[in-house]
Amino acid sequence: MSLRTTPFHPRTGPLSEGQAWRRWAGYVVASSYELSHEREYHAIRNSAALFDVSPLYKYLVTGRDARRLLDHVVTRNIGKAKVGQVLYTPWCDAAGKQIDDGTISVLDEQTFRMTAADPTLRWLHLNASGLDVSITDVSEKTAALSLQGPSARAILQIAAERDLSALKYFRLTPAHIRGIPVTISRTGYTGDLGYEIWVDSAQAVALWDALIDSGTPYGITPAGMLALDVARIEAGLLLIEVDYFSSRHALIEMQKSSPLELGLGWTVATDKDRYNGKDALDAERRRGPSWQFTGITVDWDSLEQLYADVGLPPRLPSQAWRTSVPIYDPGGRQVGYATSGGWSPLLKQYMALVHLESSSARPGTQVRMEITVEHRRKQATAHVTPLPFFNPERKRA
Amino acid sequence: MASAKRYDAIIIGGGHNGLVTAAYLARAGKQVLVLERRPRVGGAAVTEEIFPGFKFTMFSYVVSLLRPEIIRDLDLPRHGLHILPLESTVTPMENGDYLAAWADHDETRRELYRHSPRDAEAYDEYGHLMHFMARAVKPILSMVPPDPTSFAPGDLLALLKLGKHFRGLGAERLHALVKLMTMSSADFLDEWFETDVLKATKSASGIIGTFLGPRSPGTAYVLLHHYMGELDGVFRAWGFAKGGTGAVSEAIASAARAFGAEVRCNAGVVKVLVKGGKASGVVLENGDELAAATVVSSLDPRRSFLQLLESNQLPDEFVADIKRFKFRGSSGKVNIALDSLPTFTCMPDGGPGGRLHRGAVSISPSLDYVERAYDDAKYGEFSRRPYMDIVFPSMIDPGMAPPGKHVMSIFVQYAPYNLNGGWTDAKREAFGDAVVNTVEGFAPGFKSKILHRQVITPLDIERITGLTEGNIFAGELALQQLFFLRPAPGWAKFATPVRGYYQAGSGTHPGGGIMGASGRLAAMRILKDGL
Repeated sequence: MSLRTTPFHPRTGPLSEGQAWRRWAGYVVASSYELSHEREYHAIRNSAALFDVSPLYKYLVTGRDARRLLDHVVTRNIGKAKVGQVLYTPWCDAAGKQIDDGTISVLDEQTFRMTAADPTLRWLHLNASGLDVSITDVSEKTAALSLQGPSARAILQIAAERDLSALKYFRLTPAHIRGIPVTISRTGYTGDLGYEIWVDSAQAVALWDALIDSGTPYGITPAGMLALDVARIEAGLLLIEVDYFSSRHALIEMQKSSPLELGLGWTVATDKDRYNGKDALDAERRRGPSWQFTGITVDWDSLEQLYADVGLPPRLPSQAWRTSVPIYDPGGRQVGYATSGGWSPLLKQYMALVHLESSSARPGTQVRMEITVEHRRKQATAHVTPLPFFNPERKRA
Repeated sequence: MASAKRYDAIIIGGGHNGLVTAAYLARAGKQVLVLERRPRVGGAAVTEEIFPGFKFTMFSYVVSLLRPEIIRDLDLPRHGLHILPLESTVTPMENGDYLAAWADHDETRRELYRHSPRDAEAYDEYGHLMHFMARAVKPILSMVPPDPTSFAPGDLLALLKLGKHFRGLGAERLHALVKLMTMSSADFLDEWFETDVLKATKSASGIIGTFLGPRSPGTAYVLLHHYMGELDGVFRAWGFAKGGTGAVSEAIASAARAFGAEVRCNAGVVKVLVKGGKASGVVLENGDELAAATVVSSLDPRRSFLQLLESNQLPDEFVADIKRFKFRGSSGKVNIALDSLPTFTCMPDGGPGGRLHRGAVSISPSLDYVERAYDDAKYGEFSRRPYMDIVFPSMIDPGMAPPGKHVMSIFVQYAPYNLNGGWTDAKREAFGDAVVNTVEGFAPGFKSKILHRQVITPLDIERITGLTEGNIFAGELALQQLFFLRPAPGWAKFATPVRGYYQAGSGTHPGGGIMGASGRLAAMRILKDGL
């Protein structure tokens, strides 16, 4: 049996010029539609890019105790969440180590949609004993598109035939696009102005066509995961199994991280009584996390010199990388590691997402990143840069 | 009226080079004032909404070799610079076929193979050789030209470094470099390729901004420029700037202001004040006098020296050299607002994914075609069938036109500044007709899609931007006017015979395109001289 295609495949399949597909949660999605992802990347920052994000795991949690269940599972305060709100949140095990991260959409007082990177049905059920709640896996039934970029709102307003300027960052609204019922949320994984559109899988293709029609005059560009990967690094957004390991998959303690160590302290509520991992996280917050998740920017002159030493012009990664790369302090002691990195075509900066010992993580601190030049390991100087690297006003405006 | 404030430096001209100089001087903590005659900054790098909703890249239309160090030093991305890829070139042929250079190497190879299997292979070898030579020449762009007649330690050291640099190339590549420096682009390309339309399209890059044809000696070296851009690789300092080239100027101006520079528009300078052989300030069109320790002109050499100064303030031989400096504007520009995209006969579907209109379209179907276009100009006429470099900015940045509509930028050569009988409104329109009719020949129905057209002759370029004779590079990029000869022997290091008066425009080394290198090197020199 082969991997599954998403409900948009009748449209995305023929667009693929190089048959470059990537696996995601048991599905295949485009790495890039064109032979290079470059134009798709620029669409995110210049016009609008359209991503198929259907492979996300999606759960519908309903019932009188739905809110209680989610509030207990995740670190953010779901008890206070208002209808129409979307919350980005991690969830942890009892030791306060992160299992996964995703979003919770408050569709009405007793209806919530949760997205996750890993299967989460069992975890929700385990936490639901004694609660009046129904949990449904709607992963296959619900398809999703992400429309990201400065023109996203203009395009969506035409498609939905309504004004969306009142839809604030991390809010959602039910809407109709050419008669198709959808949910539009002002969310995304690019750090730009953007929306995600949730639809019944049976009507996925018609939704795709409607968005392409409305978006063509605005330069809408179907885009794949390679472009998304660059944008999410610029936005400082972490990726499970790349930037951290789920505590449920970790084989040793060292492989686990807490949200406080992952730069997600802001998502760990201080105003709720009980949730998974609370005691451990409260204690960690009091003593301060040993690790920080932050950014570094590689110094150009240093990079250029390493290549000049072997007679080459500086080389830059043409795609974002996802490997573990050692980070040293100026004295040569390893103080952390990078987990994602790449060149920002917009900022003209070589950036990386790093885990650093807290003592080396202050913005501006000079560090060194290992870089292989002509088969030899070298170190380029870099500076700690607070995340996100790119944070345009339009994201929230 | 004299103002009480005394600046460390006044920069005359708010084009991209003047702004770069200002930003670097301000960054060094200097009190800097930029004076721009027009209502907006940018000079020849401006975006203007000439027709409602349609933004025209009035003159320059692509960013070619904007120096990466400037982008970094001035943090231009934070000030709005976003360079978008402009990846392909399609040349429609007279027989209805086309030649395409796509972004993907394999696709380009297969396309060339269709025309000539031999050229498809030669293309890679040629590219490899050019890569080496571009690397050899590129450091010159960031270097103050040493004077080969000087025995000053600095000059000798620089010459020595340069010599060592070229010796490192090896004999074969050095020979090729000498050929590049002396041959015509047509002859040089003949040694490599047999496909005429390929040679024509490549050679076209060697004639831009010159009053030369593809068969004129000395045009081959400009072929290198393309490869210099490629050396930057993923850095990508070439392409189309979001918002047009005006956005590049705005980004530099914004950076300059952030460093504390003052940028004043509607402030034309008529005169540089000189006291005791030293520049002391400027006089504005409205009569205001402004004082400064250093005055920098980013205008072209003729304006910097023959217009802003009295000739008795300069040595006679220098004045003679500047008078000999050639401008000879040879190009025009036609900007068009389109109801919809034109359909080219050679590629009616716009190519895979509609990519034709996202790249350049080169009207250079054969070497003879381009050389004939030059023939017209040689004898004082505009080309009846000109060479054209066409881009559709709205296909790269949809914000350049209302949704669904388009703008088309047509760079046209040749249009001689010294047209027989001179340029008139009627001649301008006739020139515009020649351009539009030529495009129509390759894209029937094009004319019916035109909503508005703006025709710019070299005389218009001169009138609007002030560039003498409408030369887009502030002085012809011909070999005898480059490096230590730009703009005059002995005066290629940004200083001038007047103490405290510097030059920073494209008429100094290395000049040409939106590079900003002249402006940056000038600032370095000024700071080194102890401003």
